[in-house]
Amino acid sequence: MPNDDNIDIAALRRKLTGHSGPAYWRSLDELADTEQFQSFVRSEFPAKAEQLLDPVGRRHFLKLMGASLALAGASACTRQPEEKIFPYTESPEHIVPGKPLHFATAMPLAGVASGLLVESHMGRPTKVEGNREHPASLGATDVFAQASILGLYDPDRSQTIRNAGNIRPWPAFASVVAAAMGVQRERRGAGLRVVTGTVTSPTLVGQMEALLSDLPEAQWIQYEAVARDAVRAASRFAFGRDLETRYRLDRADTILALDSDFLTSGRGSLRYARDFARRRRQGENRLYAVEPSPSNTGASADHRLPLSATLVEELALAIAAQLGLAVRAAIGVEDHRTWIAAVARDLQSKGKRSLVVVGEWQSVTTQILVHAMNAHLGTVGHTVEYSEPVEANGPSGLVALRELSEAMEAGEVETLVVAGANPVYDAPLDLRFAERMQRVGLRIHLGLYDDESAEQCHWHVPEAHFLESWSDVRAYDGTVSIIQPMLAPLYGGKTVHELVAVLAGAKKATSYDIVRSHWRDRLADPFEASWRKAVHDGVVADTALPTVQPNWMAPPGTQLPIRVTPTGRDDWQVVFRPDPSVYDGRFANNGWLQELPRPVTRLTWDNAAWISPASAERLGVGNGDVIEIADGDRQVKAPAWIVPGQAGDTITLHLGNGRRRAGYVASGAGFDVGPLRLSTQPWTIEAAAVRKTDATYPLACTQDHFSMEGRDLVRVETVGAEADSHGAAHHSATQHEDLSMYPPVPYEGYAWGMSIDLSSCTGCNACVVSCQSENNIPVVGKDQVAIGREMHWIRIDRYFGGDLDAPEIFQQPVPCMHCEQAPCEVVCPVNATVHSDEGLNDMVYNRCVGTRYCSNNCPYKVRRFNFFLYTEPRADIVKMAANPDVTVRSRGVMEKCTYCVQRISQTRITAKKEGRAIRDGEVVTACQAVCPTEAIVFGDINDPNSNVSRQKASPRNYALLAELGTKPRTTYLSGIRNPNPELEAAEKHA
Amino acid sequence: MADKKPTKGSKQKGAPVSAGAGSRSLSSHLPPVVEPGYTMATVADKISEVVLTQNTPRGWYIGLAFSFALTMLLLVSITWLLVRGVGIWGINVPVAWAFAIINFVWWIGIGHAGTLISAILLLLRQDWRTSINRFAEAMTLFAVACAGLYPLLHMGRPWLAYWLFPYPNTMGMWPQFRSPLVWDVFAVTTYLLVSLMFWYIGLIPDLATLRDRSPSRTGRIVYGLLAMGWRGSARHWHRYEMTYLLLAGLSTPLVVSVHTIVSFDFAVAQVPGWHATVFPPYFVAGAVYAGFAMVVILAIPLRRFYGLQDFVTMRHLDHMARIMLATGLFVAYGYMIETFMAWYSGSVYESSLMNNRFTGPYAILYWSLLLFNVLIPQGLWFARVRSSTTALFMIAISVSIGMWLERFIIVVVSLHRDFLPSSWGMYYPTFWDWSMYLGSIGLFFSLLFLFLRFLPMISIFEMRTLLPESEVKEDLG
Repeated sequence: MPNDDNIDIAALRRKLTGHSGPAYWRSLDELADTEQFQSFVRSEFPAKAEQLLDPVGRRHFLKLMGASLALAGASACTRQPEEKIFPYTESPEHIVPGKPLHFATAMPLAGVASGLLVESHMGRPTKVEGNREHPASLGATDVFAQASILGLYDPDRSQTIRNAGNIRPWPAFASVVAAAMGVQRERRGAGLRVVTGTVTSPTLVGQMEALLSDLPEAQWIQYEAVARDAVRAASRFAFGRDLETRYRLDRADTILALDSDFLTSGRGSLRYARDFARRRRQGENRLYAVEPSPSNTGASADHRLPLSATLVEELALAIAAQLGLAVRAAIGVEDHRTWIAAVARDLQSKGKRSLVVVGEWQSVTTQILVHAMNAHLGTVGHTVEYSEPVEANGPSGLVALRELSEAMEAGEVETLVVAGANPVYDAPLDLRFAERMQRVGLRIHLGLYDDESAEQCHWHVPEAHFLESWSDVRAYDGTVSIIQPMLAPLYGGKTVHELVAVLAGAKKATSYDIVRSHWRDRLADPFEASWRKAVHDGVVADTALPTVQPNWMAPPGTQLPIRVTPTGRDDWQVVFRPDPSVYDGRFANNGWLQELPRPVTRLTWDNAAWISPASAERLGVGNGDVIEIADGDRQVKAPAWIVPGQAGDTITLHLGNGRRRAGYVASGAGFDVGPLRLSTQPWTIEAAAVRKTDATYPLACTQDHFSMEGRDLVRVETVGAEADSHGAAHHSATQHEDLSMYPPVPYEGYAWGMSIDLSSCTGCNACVVSCQSENNIPVVGKDQVAIGREMHWIRIDRYFGGDLDAPEIFQQPVPCMHCEQAPCEVVCPVNATVHSDEGLNDMVYNRCVGTRYCSNNCPYKVRRFNFFLYTEPRADIVKMAANPDVTVRSRGVMEKCTYCVQRISQTRITAKKEGRAIRDGEVVTACQAVCPTEAIVFGDINDPNSNVSRQKASPRNYALLAELGTKPRTTYLSGIRNPNPELEAAEKHA
Repeated sequence: MADKKPTKGSKQKGAPVSAGAGSRSLSSHLPPVVEPGYTMATVADKISEVVLTQNTPRGWYIGLAFSFALTMLLLVSITWLLVRGVGIWGINVPVAWAFAIINFVWWIGIGHAGTLISAILLLLRQDWRTSINRFAEAMTLFAVACAGLYPLLHMGRPWLAYWLFPYPNTMGMWPQFRSPLVWDVFAVTTYLLVSLMFWYIGLIPDLATLRDRSPSRTGRIVYGLLAMGWRGSARHWHRYEMTYLLLAGLSTPLVVSVHTIVSFDFAVAQVPGWHATVFPPYFVAGAVYAGFAMVVILAIPLRRFYGLQDFVTMRHLDHMARIMLATGLFVAYGYMIETFMAWYSGSVYESSLMNNRFTGPYAILYWSLLLFNVLIPQGLWFARVRSSTTALFMIAISVSIGMWLERFIIVVVSLHRDFLPSSWGMYYPTFWDWSMYLGSIGLFFSLLFLFLRFLPMISIFEMRTLLPESEVKEDLG
């Protein structure tokens, strides 16, 4: 169209200002309705020209044009800043369309970082990996980091600033805040309270310190529902101040875990798991676990003792006494005298190479005892290190939250700012937070969701997701990472830095400027280079907190805070735990996590009241029978789930479920156990009443059967022992493997294979979510899982063995075995599943007609079928989470693990371009990449020097169901147990 | 013209008659194949009357209405299936096959009796088959039609079903010939086509009779077209007999092959409970067993309702009962061998499968299977039971249920607990599972009711050859 110069810009502006709603125009000419445009339309769309002149028809025409423009826009998946839509004249560095880029950032969970590398396709983050440079990650991530991609694109995230339910603009909010802060400034902040989760961000700490120095009467309260009050109290008791405890699992030979799941939850668990597994594979360490309900750590232990939470404390006392500490006599653990003596001897014999670890939910007494035992064993400085705390100083924990709620009750709080926390849902019941909040004049909430707390606040501001934010955060050892955004906030969210800047009265502060200005004086010169390096590497060099030598305040022993002795044996104990999938409820609206089978129970979509088989028998309840758990007049009803290995008369309840206002996915998922929880007893109720009700509740479990049925599925070898009967079975199976009517198929070039080391696997589930994210695996919902239609390409099989009350727990990741003699291939009538020349069992989706015969014939049952159109997302934005390198499967086709064939192909292309072979370790599957314990190794088995070949040459190597002659490419290394011979003998004797 | 037939028939039929007469004299205690007192004309009258009457019995309307309502249920089910996908059924992983495959095997099995009666018994010159072969063949066709629905609809993407056929295409793709499902496609389509041809060719002389006797012009035109110009000339009869015999020869191996191949769907797979060498004979015997049970289920009410006791006599029922007894024992042997092999193999998977059948969550179905399929049919040893239509009918129903349960045991109970206990699951049928099944029964009976009304359910011309009159004709000639 010829461009005309005589367009009146001012007139155009006038024309546009009169409009409301979206206005589309194709060019200024159209907007100006010039003669040229008229003639263009006439020549291009002769049939429409009439309509253009006719006011009614013209509107219709423009509507159509507008709609097609809008659709054209919708077809592009990239979110870009609105004001910059024009083609690159000079392409920015590194961007090659179709090639992803990786950016370092970090995810804060309860304030503590795990370092990430985020894969970004044309500005669209699609996959999270661990950052190898980061001390808390070393390349691994947990399930929460993996699932954060889905959380980012959650359509239920809050999208607008709201005041009493009405949408308001940011300036309106800012002016309200400014007015309130004006009042507070006069009162030196006496009426201002800011509530956040745990904060380690140096920038935010700096901002808050500045704010509090301006307003010295104001208060900043940090709390987490997963409370660490006992940890803090113990540290203050023992050392007179807050100290961070860090473990060095790479140095520990004998570890006693007291009610601790250090391998999969809590600060530094990824690193601990890595260090632990490295030594475990060599059979160099021994783990004792004592816990009320089975955890992944307990499942990995050589000796696991189920004990109620209070008896764990008694057992700690008993062991401490055995070690020679002056403590009161233990009560109620007499039955375990042999165990206690053996463990104490073992710890003592290892001296400084031993380690006692305690869970943050154990009592203050136990925490102090553990400090004492570690000091006594001489482990401090070796396997235990202390440093300054990573979180900010100041009032924190449930104690501080209680004080706040009392202040609110007293009417002392005029302005309450809740940033990134949800106290209305997760504050213990006795704080009556929602009720007391009503007395606060101005309540402001910053959060990802319009949740329970937002509902009770006057103002709600959507928070930017960490993948949309500039910020910084410390890891468990204090190492700082700069959080950099992967994309502009999808829903116009604000960071906590921006909110605090508004509180401080700053105008127009962006978090980028705030974070940069914080670091401007703190990074090495030249600033720009250091900044660039810090952002690029994902860690700020040399920011780990140095270890400190703690000074004991009091000699450990008799002065310990004494717990009230349980009233009697008829009482039930209730312990609370963060949910392994939804944590404290913040991930409740994440479908990947909701559908992730919880460790040990394999339950999805709900929490349940864990109960031991013996207690269930006594109470007459089965799985799914609703029981009522009461403490005084407070009660909770939840379906029971029988868990072998649960301590007798102990009920375990998980936090974070039963959210009332968390979004579409979370609605109806689980039971809120909050009504039982008091700030005085956040983790354990010592005397509760439990009774059966008549109700039942359907639970969706992915694995109903927990016995191996005497089959040779998970093999475990004992350190020092010769190959046992399992080993013998292995050899006969190996002989059978070569029996075939057909000549062997030669694999020249690459032959891909995988090895999974069962001695390392902790069952943490990270591989499952990583696979889901990498391979666009749909979420199917509770009803579908309940009838056996979950879609996970890799699953963790869990078996129990031995005694029902104190069983051994086995976990085994099962992806596709990529059998060389694949049973699925021969039965497919249409060649939809075929073997590649590199030995992959390929699935050709668009050839599949869906007879499901392959699934029937797969002995490993790793194939997954699209019974419905599972991939239709609830909102278009969810599509942005999809990996563009992987086909999205439609209804009626089979799918399964591909060994991440897209990653193999990418690597092959790169290698070919560089004229070389693929190097060992260059192809990393999604499950392998995130594994905290490096249990999964993938590579070329034609290369005898590859890592995977070396693993397969190990005598521990075995194939699952080898006797079927399927010749799986995925093989296992048997698990390793390193039992204490003394206890072994005692157990045999018993 | 059709009246000419006896001359033709007599030549070809000398042997059958003498055999028939011989057998009659040898086993004189058996009731006759046709009750005495019929002539050529009265046979034709009696059978064609059902078709040519203007007064459709009310019972027929009620029966068809009920069946047709179920057929509508089938259509609704299929529509919903195509709209939503196979997820509307209760299938899952590990039980990826269930009702669709059970019903497929069940229907295909039922079809076998028709082919066996029409082909093998023809070749063996068992003249008593004549009274029942026509509707048994029709039953085969309709059963195969019902069976054919399932493999098609159980696919995830049924609109691509043609990919299972070897046809030249731009994708350059053949089916995967090692898959038993491809063999199934050939077996079932062959079976359907041969059964259809066999049935139709057998109908031609009777269609000509109907054409000649039809009181209405429409009837004359329609039956005339279908009769393909049959005049009953000697040449016609010669060719007819030759074709019929050839088709019988062609069908005979199908009786064995079709269900053998259906059994390969299971036997070729390595699922415990499927992977067994006994499957082909065991399946064929089961098919004949189920098929004869279905013929009995249909014959007993039909002969009463249409007053055909003279043509479908107690002798027929007795023969069929004996065949059921024999094949039932084969099937029982199959159960025994499965159990024996589970123990003898020493395989933990096989033995735990058997254990699961006996004591697992579906054990009640296994024990019911033994009751319905093994225990109850033992009554057929007794002549008194075989001569009671009520008892026979009840036993046939029991066998039909038993054979359906057998397929349920094979398909679902084998799949739901295989190698890795971690993937064990349960299968529960949904409403749509049942509606597809009941709907297919509705379709079967709708077709059957239409057949009864518009085509002669007993072969007129062949019945005539059974009359003593036909022997007399030879003397006259």
